[in-house]
Amino acid sequence: MAKFRIKRYNPEKQADAYYEEYDYDFPEGATLLDCLNHIKWNMDGTLTYRMSCRSAICGSCGMKGNGHALLACQRQAAHLLKDGSDTITIEPLGNMPVIKDLVTDFQQFWDKVDQVKPYLKTKDKPPEKEREQSPHEFRKIDEATTCIMCGACYSDCNVLEVDKNFLGPAALAKAQRFVGDSRDQATRERIKELSKPGGMWDCTHCGECVERCPKPAEPFYRIKELMAVGLKEGVTNNVGARHALSFVKSVKHSGRLNENKIPVESMGYFNIKGLLDLVPVGLRMLLKMKIPPIIHKPVDDVKDVQRIFEEFGE
Amino acid sequence: MIKHDVLIVGAGLAGMRAALEVCKELDVGLLTKVYPSRSHSGAAQGGIAAALGNSEEDSWEEHMFDTVKGGDYLSDQDAVEEYVKAAPRIIYELEHMGCAFSRTEDGKIAQRSFGGHSKPRACFSADRTGHAILHALHEQVLKNAKSIKIYSEWYMHQLVIEEGRCSGVVVSDIRTGEVEVIHAKAVIFATGGYGRVFKITTNAFASTADGAMAAFHAGIPLEDPEFVQFHPSGLYRQGILFSEAARGEGGYLLNGNGDRFMEQYAPSRMELAPRDIVARAEQSEIDAGRGVNGEACIHLDLRHLGEARIMERLPQIRQLGIDFIGVDCVKDPLPIQPSAHYSMGGIPTDMHGQVVIDGDGTPMEGFFAAGECACVSVHGANRLGTNSLLEATVFGERTGRSALEYAKNAEFGKINESHEKARVLNQIEEIFQRDGSESYNDIRNEMKEVMMDKCGVFRDADNLKSCVAAIQGLKERCKKGKVTDKGQLFNTEVYEIIELGNMLEMAEIIATAALARQESRGGHYRTDFPKRDDQEFLKHTLVYPKNGELELKHRPVVITRYQPKERTY
Repeated sequence: MAKFRIKRYNPEKQADAYYEEYDYDFPEGATLLDCLNHIKWNMDGTLTYRMSCRSAICGSCGMKGNGHALLACQRQAAHLLKDGSDTITIEPLGNMPVIKDLVTDFQQFWDKVDQVKPYLKTKDKPPEKEREQSPHEFRKIDEATTCIMCGACYSDCNVLEVDKNFLGPAALAKAQRFVGDSRDQATRERIKELSKPGGMWDCTHCGECVERCPKPAEPFYRIKELMAVGLKEGVTNNVGARHALSFVKSVKHSGRLNENKIPVESMGYFNIKGLLDLVPVGLRMLLKMKIPPIIHKPVDDVKDVQRIFEEFGE
Repeated sequence: MIKHDVLIVGAGLAGMRAALEVCKELDVGLLTKVYPSRSHSGAAQGGIAAALGNSEEDSWEEHMFDTVKGGDYLSDQDAVEEYVKAAPRIIYELEHMGCAFSRTEDGKIAQRSFGGHSKPRACFSADRTGHAILHALHEQVLKNAKSIKIYSEWYMHQLVIEEGRCSGVVVSDIRTGEVEVIHAKAVIFATGGYGRVFKITTNAFASTADGAMAAFHAGIPLEDPEFVQFHPSGLYRQGILFSEAARGEGGYLLNGNGDRFMEQYAPSRMELAPRDIVARAEQSEIDAGRGVNGEACIHLDLRHLGEARIMERLPQIRQLGIDFIGVDCVKDPLPIQPSAHYSMGGIPTDMHGQVVIDGDGTPMEGFFAAGECACVSVHGANRLGTNSLLEATVFGERTGRSALEYAKNAEFGKINESHEKARVLNQIEEIFQRDGSESYNDIRNEMKEVMMDKCGVFRDADNLKSCVAAIQGLKERCKKGKVTDKGQLFNTEVYEIIELGNMLEMAEIIATAALARQESRGGHYRTDFPKRDDQEFLKHTLVYPKNGELELKHRPVVITRYQPKERTY
C-alpha cells in the first residue's frame, strides 16, 4: 500500500495550502497519472490537476514528485517509492503561482517564451520549394525542437528562485532552436538580446534543468550552445561573456582561477559603476578573511594545461 | 459580451492554420480547452503526406488514387483532388514558417513509406511530426498576437444559431467557471476527434466529442460516424501510440508463433497495408488464439533495424517503450493491439470547410469546420496514415479563407445573450443539483468497454443492438451521479461530467449508424455482412437529432476519376 501525500490548495475554501494523504495499492506498471486518476475518480473528485495526452508529448501534467519536477504520465509510480519508503509526495510545479491544487499559472512562463521572439526570422524571400537544410544542420535544432513546454525545467530552475527576471531554461532552449537554425537570419540580433541581464549569461550552470527535462531538449546544453555562439559572434561587451573569457584566460595562464582578477575583468575595467558595486563585497570578504591570495601562483604543471588549450585550439 | 470577427474553437493544426489565414485581414479569437501547444495534433508521429517526389518520382494523381482506394471508395473525389494538389504547397509553407523537417543528404525534406501509399511520400520530423508542425504553427500564432487572441483553458459549451445562421458560441473560462457568450460573424470548429469513447485508444483525455455534439445539439447532422479507425499499433492495454512509421521504416508484425502473419492478409503490402486491414488482421490473429502468449496482443518487432536507425528515425518510440512498459525496442519486440485512433466521420462540410446540413449541400451560414471534427469527406471509410496532418493543414487553411471571406461581407448576427447564457448555466446547475449514487467513473468505464467489445474492429447486428441499449442505459444512469467539487475555480470534475455526457451521446450515434450500415467498408466491418455493397451503401450517412431520437439520412458520394473497384493489397 502506497501513501500519496498531495499538496492541496483551494483559495475558495481556505487561504493556506495543506497536505492530504490517500492510500492506494496501485497495480504494477501504473504511472503517477494513473494513480492520480484513480484517486480523483474513486476517492476524491475535488483533486485538481491538468492532463491530456498521457503519452509524454502534450506537457500538461507537469508537477513535482518527491520534490522534483516530472511529467506524471511518464513516471512509473513504483519508481517514486525508493529506499523502502511507502510515501510519494506530490506538489505543484515551483516558480509559478498556484491556482488550485496541482494547477499552476503559466502566464510568466509564456511571457518569457514570447520575449525570445519564438519564430523564424528571415530576410530573404522563401524559394518556391523548401529551403535547403542538411541533416547535419537539422541535428543542431533536433534536441531543442523536442521541447513540449511542460515547465518542468522552469519549476526547478535555481536561478529563477532568486531572480524572477531570468528568462529561464525553456525560453532559452526555444531561443537556441532559432539561433541554431540554419534558416534563421537574426542570429546576431537574437544573441545581443539574450546577452542582456536576465538572459543566457545569468544561467549558473547547475544543470538541474537537464535532470528534470522529460525530453531530449535538456535546456542547459542549449544554453551552452547559445553562449558559444555569443562568443563566436563577438558579442562580448557584457558581464557574462567577459566572465567566460576571463575564466578561460586565467586557466590558460596559470591553470587555476585568479579570483581577484575575474570579478574585475567580468565587470570591465571601464565599468566604474559595476566596479564600485564590487567594493562592499570585497570589503566584507576582507573582514571575514576570505580574500584570495594577492599573489596568484600558477599550478606546478601549467605547461600541461596550456598544451590542452593548444591541442583543442582554444 | 466578447466579440471577434471570427471565433475558432480548437487550437490544433486545423484551428491554428485557420487562424493564420483569418488574421491576415480580420481579428480572431482562438479558443482551446487546453493550451495550443497541448493540442492532440502534437501526438501525431509518423509524417504528413505530399507528393513532393523527393526520394522517388511521385504525382498528385497517385496520391489521390491511394487515398480513394484506401478510403474504400467512400471519399468525395472532388475534395480529394483539391486536397492532394494543395499538399506540396502546404508542406513548403510549413517549411518556410520554420517547421523542422528531417532531411535528405542533399538538404530536401526527407520522405518515408507509409501504409496504403504506393510511394514514399510521408514528410517527417523524426517520429514527432505532429509536434513539430504544431509548434511551428504556434510560433506563427504568437508572432501574430496582435490579431489573434488566444483563450487557453476555455471550454465551448454551445453553438448559437439564430434565424438559420451561426452567430457565436457560449463558453466558460475553466479557471474561473465564468460563463460568457462570444459574438462572432463566423465560427470555425476545429475540435478534433472522440477516440475517448473507446476503452483502448491512442487519443488524449481531451478527445471527447465536444465540437461534434455542440453542432449536433444545434440540429446539425453528423456524417459517417460509424467509420472509426483502429490504429494497428497502440501499446497493449494502454493504447499509447507507436507510430506506423515503425513499420514504414521496416518493422515487422509477429503473432504468438513468431510468424509475419500479414502474408496471409495483404501479401503485396505486408505490414504497410492500410490501417483497417492491418488492424483486422491483428484482431483475427488474437481472436484465433495466436496472440503473444495467448493474450490480446501481437508483437511489433524493430530489432533488425538496429540501434542507429531507431535512434535517428524513431527515438521517441524507443523512449515511450522504455518509460511505459520497460521494453527497449532495440532489444525486444513491443506488445501492441488495435486502438481507437481517428474518426473519419464528423460535422459535414463542403470542400471549402462550409458546414452543410443535408444531402443537397445546404450551408449553415457562418459555421465552418476543419480537421478531425469535420467530414469533408477526403478519407471516406478509412484514412491513410499521414493524411490527417495534411487534412488538418490543408482544410485549416481553406476553411480559414472561407470564414474570412464570409465574415468580411457579413454583419454580426442576432444573439440573445441572457437566454443563451441561461441555457448553459442551467445545464451546469443541473449537474450540481444531481444527488444520486451512480459513479461517473463506472459509467465511463462501462461505456468504453461496451464500445470496444461490441462496436470495435468487428461488429454484427446483435452486438450493435445490445451496444445501443447499453449506452442508453448508461445515459439514464448518468443523470443519477453526484459532483463532489462544488466550487467555481478550475473545476475539472464538472467539465469531465459534461464531456462524459457528450461521449455517451456520441457513442450512441456511432453504434446506431454502424447498425444501419449493413455492409463492410474500410474501417467499418460487419461479420454478418462481410462484403462491400456499392448497390445499397455507396453513400454517406447523415445522423440527425429528432425529438430525442436519432434519424438517419444520406448524402451522395462524389465520384470523378476513379470508379469503385475491388480493394486488394
